Amino acid sequence: MAEESRTPPKAESAAGKWRVFSPAALRFARYTLIRGVALVVTVAIGVYIAVWIANMGGHVDEIRKAEIREAVGVSFRGNPAYRDLTPSEKRELMDAEIKRQVERLGLDKPFIGRSFAYLANALTLSLGRAERMSSDTGSKQVRSIILERLPATLMLFGTAQVLVFFVGLFIALFLSRRYGSFLDRLSVSLAPISAAPPWFYGIFLILIFAAVLGVLPYGGMLDAPTPKTTFGTVLNVVKHMILPLMAWLLSTVAISVYTWRTFFLIHSSEDYVELAKAKGLHSNAIERRYILRPALPTVITQFALTMIYAWQGAIITETVFSWPGLGRMLFQAIGMYEVPVIVGSVVIFAYLLAISVFLLDILYAMIDPRVKLGAKRA
Amino acid sequence: MMRLWRGVSDAIRRYPTVLASVSIITVLIGLSIYAVVSIPYSEVVVLWRGAGDIWSDTPRYAAPAWTNLFRSEKLPETFKLSSSDHNTVTEQTGDTSWKATTTYTFEYEYTRFPQEMNVFFEAQFEKRRPFVILTWTTPDGREYSMFRDALRPSQRYAISQDTKLTDQFDGEYPHVGLLADPDSIGQSGAEPEVLPGEYELRVEVLTFEEGSHVDSRFVVYGNVYGIAGTDHLRRDLAIGLLWGTPVALLFGLLATIGANITTFIIAAVGTWFGGFVDAAIQRVTEVNLMLPFLPILIMVGTFYNRSIWTMLMVIIVLSIFSASIKTYRAMFLQVKSLPYIEAARAYGASNTRIIFRYLIPKIVPVLIPNFVIGIPTFVFLEASLAVLGLGDPILPTWGKMLNDAYQGGALYRGYYYWVLQPAALLMVTGLSFAMLGFALDRVFNPRLRGT
Repeated sequence: MAEESRTPPKAESAAGKWRVFSPAALRFARYTLIRGVALVVTVAIGVYIAVWIANMGGHVDEIRKAEIREAVGVSFRGNPAYRDLTPSEKRELMDAEIKRQVERLGLDKPFIGRSFAYLANALTLSLGRAERMSSDTGSKQVRSIILERLPATLMLFGTAQVLVFFVGLFIALFLSRRYGSFLDRLSVSLAPISAAPPWFYGIFLILIFAAVLGVLPYGGMLDAPTPKTTFGTVLNVVKHMILPLMAWLLSTVAISVYTWRTFFLIHSSEDYVELAKAKGLHSNAIERRYILRPALPTVITQFALTMIYAWQGAIITETVFSWPGLGRMLFQAIGMYEVPVIVGSVVIFAYLLAISVFLLDILYAMIDPRVKLGAKRA
Repeated sequence: MMRLWRGVSDAIRRYPTVLASVSIITVLIGLSIYAVVSIPYSEVVVLWRGAGDIWSDTPRYAAPAWTNLFRSEKLPETFKLSSSDHNTVTEQTGDTSWKATTTYTFEYEYTRFPQEMNVFFEAQFEKRRPFVILTWTTPDGREYSMFRDALRPSQRYAISQDTKLTDQFDGEYPHVGLLADPDSIGQSGAEPEVLPGEYELRVEVLTFEEGSHVDSRFVVYGNVYGIAGTDHLRRDLAIGLLWGTPVALLFGLLATIGANITTFIIAAVGTWFGGFVDAAIQRVTEVNLMLPFLPILIMVGTFYNRSIWTMLMVIIVLSIFSASIKTYRAMFLQVKSLPYIEAARAYGASNTRIIFRYLIPKIVPVLIPNFVIGIPTFVFLEASLAVLGLGDPILPTWGKMLNDAYQGGALYRGYYYWVLQPAALLMVTGLSFAMLGFALDRVFNPRLRGT
């Protein structure tokens, strides 16, 4: 995040040309652009590493060559035109055909050349065809399979993130106001419960609410005969979301409250807060303007970090709750050894992380006066 | 080290929860040592694979025996009667024929029926196969002739699958019919009821060679077993739970050491040299933060090798440039400008000396709480991978047991013990380390962390 301090001279003259925009807006745009480019580069590097790991030291090539041999063999066996050939002639023809296919796909050349082609394909989500899995609409395109499951994940974990953010912020503010009280001490001593991931609490919640009490579903997104009205469907989905959201909150809120409360306490011990108090400002105003405002950028940075872990936590939480999203798809792909889908989900997760961090960066830029006012930072 | 002990003792004095977590950790370490000493690695691998007849004497899906304490209707326990503990009466019936009679008597006072019953034979002979006759006597004096046949060297007689007996009990399973009140079976709409009392199984072995000998074993498979119950493969869960402890602790500890110490050193080196080195480390960290950590682990587990040690290596490598580099860097930057560092530079200390002897020791107190808090993260990470089906292929781990339970539908079918036991151990381990870590954090870094 140190890029914006090294302002290229060109941008200064550009600022002169675009006088209609305020310098703050230009700085903001530049910051956004730099962050955007940095994140795209990051995603590309991440996906490239994934491509190399997925290639397993050339094993993917071997698998693909075997597939070619198999396909050529089948086409020769089924083709009546080759029936009269002697076995040796047939073999010669087959070998030539296999060689042609291998050359066509560039499999005879070193992997490093092809790796960039794979990278480009992966980044544009041209992920090829799945071998065994298919989307609900019957497509075998990895892209369709992934994009079909994406909304479910976004819905559940987007809700979870927003919920954690606001619930955590609210509780942290509340506690920082009552520093040292019983509730404050209680929440500090509850922070260790965040050591366990959401899926872990999910198991307990399923046991209590689904298995023993039988009031909420074990998992899934909709009941088997789906409700007929739209309103009924929405209600049904909400009912299925209760347990995963509870698990998510149980696991993540405690630590967020713990850290954010500390940020608020640090800021509330600043001299300017004391001054504001001395001036007799209303405590709500002090809290909003002098504590929440300066602490917010730190809170957002922290939130971005937890969010990175959160998307990945989705994989197992979805598996435990049978939620039909990306995570569960990845779990099924592991079970079926579905290589293209596994690689595809690494790509989509890289994008998800980058996009959520990018959005939070923009939010950060809007809130942090150091970005807005363009003050130089160390 | 001294600082750590002083910190821990300070923490114990100020926070009573620390005493609890330290004692739990001590118990866990003791349990790990006991596990490794009592069942060697090579043995546990074989036991957990469960090949062959290793688990032939244990029931399937049996709850732990102690659950009977909380039940109004006691479930039958598993018990085993064997000819080596029972008196066998041998008599010579001819020149080369002997008859050995073993009588197994047992009290059956439960109100429920067992899962199944088996008799196992181990026969020693040269050419002429021994002959066995089994007779069952109920408390009210009825006799059932069960098995009469020549034996193979190793043979199992599954009482529960004996169709001839099934016919005698109006289609009820033999293990039900043999133990039931005869008036209660064959009645439509009525459940069979156990006839409590002393039962007897008589095993008569006829041998036809000098030195020929038959060992027998009678097993009644109840619905509860041992201290931890059994799973779908009849494995004693106690072994998995016990051996899961050293695996979890070692994994957590090694991953934390590997990840934290390297991160720490890299942050120190970057800060000390500054400039290009520092910038490069920062950029690598930014990229690494955005890497989808878990999907990459999953990829490695699926494509290469899912051994717990491979996973450990990959986890460490991916955690080196973690977010804490930024935190450490900020601290090192402060330390770097302190006068004692300048003094060291003035008398000509080398870079290595300054980094390892002056910079790093100053920040170690910050590392210790992070270190302890990190352990449960990795313990749960291992469990997470196992739940995704990427657990270690040979070792029993708590996560793998959870995965087995989940795959076996334990929650749907009411085998709660199967889920709750490994989960409870994970929870206890995770919480005790986290509680200790947070308390240490408040002792070492007291700035506004609460009272």
